[in-house]
Amino acid sequence: MKRFFAQCYIWLLLIVLYAPIVFIAVFSFTESKVLGNWTGFSTKLYSNLFTGNMQGTGSLMMAIQNTILIALIAATVSTILGTIAAIGIHNMKGRTKQTITFLNNIPMLNPDIITGVSLFLLFVFLHISQGYLTVILAHITFCTPYVVLSVLPKLTQMNPNIYEAALDLGATPFQALRKVLLPLLKPGMISGFILAFTMSLDDFAVTFFTRGTIGLDTLSTYIYTDARKGGLTPELRPMITIMFLGILILLIIINLRKARAARNAVQ
Amino acid sequence: MNNNENIIEIRNVSKKFGDKCILNNVSISVKKGEFLTLLGPSGCGKTTLLRILAGFGTADSGEILINGKDITNVPPHERPVNTVFQRYALFPHLDVYENIAFGLKLQKVPVDEIDRRVRKVLKMVSMTDYEDRDVDSLSGGQQQRVAIARAIVNQPQVLLLDEPLSALDLKMRKDMQIELKEMHKKLGITFIYVTHDQEEALTLSDTIVVIDDGDIKQIGTPTDIYNEPQNSFVADFIGESNILNGRMIKDRHVEFVGHEFECIDEGFGENTAVDVVVRPEDIYIMNKTEGAHLTAKVKSCTFKGVHYEMFVDTDKGYELMIQDYNAFEPESEVGLIIRPADIQVMHKERLCNTFEGELIAEDKVEFLDAEWECLPQQGLSVGEKVKVEVDFSKVDLIDHPEDGNIEGEVAFLLYKGDHYHLSIKTHGSYIWIDTNDIWDKGDLVGINIAPKDIKISKCDD
Repeated sequence: MKRFFAQCYIWLLLIVLYAPIVFIAVFSFTESKVLGNWTGFSTKLYSNLFTGNMQGTGSLMMAIQNTILIALIAATVSTILGTIAAIGIHNMKGRTKQTITFLNNIPMLNPDIITGVSLFLLFVFLHISQGYLTVILAHITFCTPYVVLSVLPKLTQMNPNIYEAALDLGATPFQALRKVLLPLLKPGMISGFILAFTMSLDDFAVTFFTRGTIGLDTLSTYIYTDARKGGLTPELRPMITIMFLGILILLIIINLRKARAARNAVQ
Repeated sequence: MNNNENIIEIRNVSKKFGDKCILNNVSISVKKGEFLTLLGPSGCGKTTLLRILAGFGTADSGEILINGKDITNVPPHERPVNTVFQRYALFPHLDVYENIAFGLKLQKVPVDEIDRRVRKVLKMVSMTDYEDRDVDSLSGGQQQRVAIARAIVNQPQVLLLDEPLSALDLKMRKDMQIELKEMHKKLGITFIYVTHDQEEALTLSDTIVVIDDGDIKQIGTPTDIYNEPQNSFVADFIGESNILNGRMIKDRHVEFVGHEFECIDEGFGENTAVDVVVRPEDIYIMNKTEGAHLTAKVKSCTFKGVHYEMFVDTDKGYELMIQDYNAFEPESEVGLIIRPADIQVMHKERLCNTFEGELIAEDKVEFLDAEWECLPQQGLSVGEKVKVEVDFSKVDLIDHPEDGNIEGEVAFLLYKGDHYHLSIKTHGSYIWIDTNDIWDKGDLVGINIAPKDIKISKCDD
C-alpha cells in the first residue's frame, strides 16, 4: 500500500512536470489554429514548418539562424575563456581560490532578469550600440561560469605532477598545455561547451534586454513577440516539440558520457 | 672520463615558505656517475631540494651548477635532467609506448630511432610486451617501470628520483631496489634519489646526505653514516642505536652508563661531555658475568627473524637495546662486553639551552619571543642585550599548551638510556629538554621555567 502511494506520487510529479510539453507535442499533430481544439490527426503543421508555407516564415528562419549562431559563438568563446580561468583558479591557493570560486558561482545563481537589466545598463553607459555584438557578449558572460564549473573537477582529479612531468621531458609550457593538459581536460571542456550551448539557446531575459532595437530576434524572443500578437502561430507547436526532443537527446548524450567516465574511473 | 669531476654543485641554497625555513644554506657536490641519496624524515626539505634541481621550484638564494654551468634560472624543459615522480605522473591519455616516446618526439628524433630507443628501454625495465597497453591498466610496479623508462629514454645526464618506490609493497620494493642499482651501473649516469627509508638509502647509495629540518646533518658513504654518525640525529635516524650521555676522561678512555671503557677516539680533550653511540648488534651478551665490562638483567626478549632483540637494565640503571643470535631469558643476569672499536664518540651539539635575550625589567627578561620572570639581576641594566642559559633538566613541560608561558611542539625525541632528550620547536627556534616523562613526536606542550633556573649573563660581544 505504502509502495503504491509512493509510486503514485512519483507519477503525479512527472505528469505535472511534463504535462505542458506533452500537451504541445500532442497538439502539434492537429491543424487547429487555436491551441486546445483537436480537429483530427495531421502532420500538416510539420510540413508547413519545413516547406515554409506559413505566415512569417522568413523571420522565424532568421530567428532560428540567429539563435544557433549566437549559441555556437558564445559556447566556443566561453569554453576557451572558462578553461583558461579554471586552470588559473586551480593554481591559486587558499583564500583567493575560495573567493574566486565563490564569485564564479554568483552569476549562475543570479536571476536572469538582473543579469539582463544590468548588462543593458552597462552597454548604455558604455555607449555600445546594441545588437548582435551585445547579445553575444552577454551570452558569453553568463555561459563562462558553467564551463569553469565543468573543467575545474577535471583539474582537481589530475595528478599534480603531470604538468611538471611534461616540462621535465622537455616540453615548453605551451607544448605541455597542448599535448598533456588540454587532452586531459577535453571531457570537461566538451561538457562545458554543451552546457553553455544549451544555456544560450534557452535564454530569453538577457537576450531581450541586450538585443537593442534593430529587430534582432532569437527563437525565444520571436515566440514571445509572436504569442503577444494574437495567439501562437500554429507551426510553432511542432517546432517546440522538435526543440524539446533535440535538448532531450543532448542531455542523454551528456549523461551517457558521465556514466562512461564514472565506469572508467571505477576500473 | 674523469671520474672525480663534479656534475652538480649545489651552493648555499636556502628556501623559505612564509616564515618557515625549508632549506637552510645547503651545499652539496655530486660526482659524475654517483648514486647520491637525500635521506631524511618527511618534511625535512629533501623533496623541495629535488624540485629545485628539476626546476619546478626556485631557491630564495644560492645557485645550482650542472657541468659547471649555472642553471639556477633555467626553466625545467631546458635542463639536462629527468625526473621519476613519486606517484608516477604518467600521461593517462597516452599508451605505454607514447608515454615513453613523449620526450623524444618533442626533440624531433627520427621515427625509427624513437622506435629503437623505446624498445631498448622497455627491454631494460622488462616491460617489452606492454607497449600498447593503457597506462591505467598497469599495476603500481609496472607504472613505476614505465615512469623510469620514460625518464631514461631521453638519456639525461642526471636522473632525479622522488621516493619512486614508496607506493609499492615491501617485496616489490626490494626487487625494484636491486633493479635500480643494476640500472644505475648499466647506464653510468648520475642518480639523485630522495627517500625517507634509511634501509633503502644504505642499500642503494654511493653517498648519503642526511637532512633534517632543512639542514644537512651528515654527508658520507653508507658505511660512514652507519658506523660513524657525527651527531645524535644521524645515529638515531639510521638503524637502531643506543645513544648515551658520556664523558671523555682522556684520549682513548670514555665513561658512560656508569662505567669506564676503552675506545679508539682521541682529541676530545679531558673530562669533556660527549654523546656515545653503541649499535645494539655491537654489544656482546653472555651468561657468565666474569670478565664482563658490566652486568645487566634482561627485561624483554623478542624474536625478530634473523636475531633476537633484547632490552636490558644495567647495574647502574641504564636501559640498553641488544641484538644477538641467541635468546636470553627475561630476568636472567647477563654480562656485557663492548669492544673499543664499536664505541662511537660524538661531540655534544650543545651542553645547555642558550638564547639571546633582552632584560626588560629588573626581574623580567625577554627571549624566545616571550617575557619570563627571573630573579632580580644585579650589575645588568634594563634594556641590555643578555645571554640566557637554561639547563636541559630545568625546563618544565605541561600537557596543556595554554598553561605554559610559551607553546611548543615536540619535534624530536631521543632516548638516552635513562631519560629522554626532547627537541621542542617553538616560533621557529628550538628548546631542548631532559625529562623522564614520556611524550610523543607532534605533542603540543606548554613550556615553563622557574625564575631561579634562568641564568642571565652579559652578552659575550
